[in-house]
Amino acid sequence: MSTPILEVDNVTMRFGGVTALVDVDFNINRGEILGLIGPNGAGKTTCFNVMTGVYRATSGQVRFKGEPLGERKRFEITRLGIARTFQNIRLFPEMTALENVMVGADTHHKTSVVAALLHLPIHKQEEKEGRERSMELLEFMGIADRAHELARNLPYGYQRRLEISRALATKPELLCLDEPAAGFNPAEKEDLMGLIRQIRDQGYTVLLIEHDMRLVMGVTDRIVVLEFGKKIAEGSPAEIQNDPRVVEAYLGAPDDAESSLVDEEAGV
Amino acid sequence: MNTLLAVTGSQVSSAWKLIYHFLRFAAGVGIAGGVIVLLRQAWSRGGSVISGPVNELRARMPAGARIPLIALAIAAAYLLPMWDGLPFVGSDRVDVVALLCQTVVPFVIIALGLNIVVGMAGLLDLGYVGFYAVGAYTVGILTSKHASLPWLVSVPIAVAVTMLFGVLLGAPTLRLRGDYLAIVTLGFGEIIRLSAQNFGWLGAAEGVSAIKRPPSLGFDAYSAGQNKWYWVIGLTLILVVMFFLTRLEKSRVGRAWTAIREDEDAAELMGVPSFTFKLWAFAIGAAVGGLAGAWYAGQLTTIYPNGFDINKSILFLAAVVLGGLGNKWGALLGGVAVAYLPERFRFIDDKRFVLFGVVLIVMMIFRPQGLLPRRSGGDSAAGRRRLKGLEKNLPVGTTGGSK
Repeated sequence: MSTPILEVDNVTMRFGGVTALVDVDFNINRGEILGLIGPNGAGKTTCFNVMTGVYRATSGQVRFKGEPLGERKRFEITRLGIARTFQNIRLFPEMTALENVMVGADTHHKTSVVAALLHLPIHKQEEKEGRERSMELLEFMGIADRAHELARNLPYGYQRRLEISRALATKPELLCLDEPAAGFNPAEKEDLMGLIRQIRDQGYTVLLIEHDMRLVMGVTDRIVVLEFGKKIAEGSPAEIQNDPRVVEAYLGAPDDAESSLVDEEAGV
Repeated sequence: MNTLLAVTGSQVSSAWKLIYHFLRFAAGVGIAGGVIVLLRQAWSRGGSVISGPVNELRARMPAGARIPLIALAIAAAYLLPMWDGLPFVGSDRVDVVALLCQTVVPFVIIALGLNIVVGMAGLLDLGYVGFYAVGAYTVGILTSKHASLPWLVSVPIAVAVTMLFGVLLGAPTLRLRGDYLAIVTLGFGEIIRLSAQNFGWLGAAEGVSAIKRPPSLGFDAYSAGQNKWYWVIGLTLILVVMFFLTRLEKSRVGRAWTAIREDEDAAELMGVPSFTFKLWAFAIGAAVGGLAGAWYAGQLTTIYPNGFDINKSILFLAAVVLGGLGNKWGALLGGVAVAYLPERFRFIDDKRFVLFGVVLIVMMIFRPQGLLPRRSGGDSAAGRRRLKGLEKNLPVGTTGGSK
């Protein structure tokens, strides 16, 4: 593959006494679909949160296109080109589907209050482009038929797709999907796999957190496995499937009670 | 505060009188409400959906009917004081035109301004009266106390000064959320009032008097003609504010405010610089509040610190909540209602505030979203039309879910 677009360099993340990530170290290459898997509470979402500026790493750093993210604010990181969806859907429920996507499209718009008050031509141009682009994205995700409904009235599957549309509207170079198939039936998962491939083929790099092994194995180019905040394996889907440590992590001693605690500390 | 006309001499039993007043009042509210719904329906081009019937009506409206309807509604609003039947909505003890100018206009403007902060951006501001006071006092100082500028010149200065206060208050406090912000703003309102009360330069407890009035058209001061002319100016101010608010609402600014209200963290992660937009909401809200204060000072010509107490803030908030948070038409209606109701029921004296309280409680139980809520959801007819237009320009076969 080509050059790394995002480098996670020995990132450690502590919350008081809980260590959610320990020296996690991996790269995402431009144009690939990277899967991030691990049992509940392994630190996958925490990893997302460090990458998108929600948390600051206790030690180590994240570099995007070679530049450390450092003290950048969340919206600045989005502007740089990292967009994400959420494990538990977080749309703007009282806005229509189209408006939700337009919020994402506004990320790169330059005009603000003054231009809006005066209806400057450049502002109108941006509004028009944003609206059209958002509509195209809804069309691409197959949910344009309900563009003018409030997000909260949309069916679950539409909401999940709307989140992806909204993230794509920010023109990201790296798209991070946090369990996009949660709650989907097999047919919907199949559809989603196709969509993720299409997204990649359009030039986006995709980072995917997912529990469904069939989906992960079917769509990713490479997989990173976390357990208890540590990276325990990295490689192609075939390699991961046969890695004894991964098998142990998934089929080993039941640790639900313990890990759900960590999840609460580390989750969004 | 209001010009009291002659007290009726008739000795009708008070119970009948009450019923009579209620009926007349209900008719008045019905008419006012109808006019507002009509105006709103003609004005907005879809997008903000309020209710089914209104929407369907708009969908059936011929395309060319919009502009004439707006013109008609606005003309009707301007000519309101000319209508002899107007006392119909008033009572024999209230000069309706004076009431419109002195109370309704500032309340409507303030409700529109507060609606930006609380309704759209979701920032609970309990000290909004502070901005109202800053606007009023700036006009007072510039036209009477320490200078003698004309009212018209002092207004833009007052708006600018108030906006500055909005930024000064917002910059350090907008990092707070929810209840904490509410408490800080509450304190701000009190600081402004107490400063006005204690600084001699600001007139202390005597307030500021002999404030200049808006330019007259040659009418005698305080004459009926003068009040009618002031209604024209006041209504123009309301329309100008609404015009610019509509522009903001339909742009990325309005979207950013709504997104922040809905989920600030998600908004930030979707590229919305939330602090910047919250500060804008505060500054613009403050400027509109200052404009209301400037108008109020020009109408009353005398202002006292006690006129800007915490009760006013609560009343402003009540106007926005009553009308419907986040909908400028709701704010308009709420502003009219909160300014008008207590004056309308002046004949039952202090009990009117009890009645007003009961109305608010009943509202909160049966219609918590306000008279004209933000949106009822669902597919608007106008939205569907717009969608059709867009679909034509799209390449065919780009639906997702292939494979």
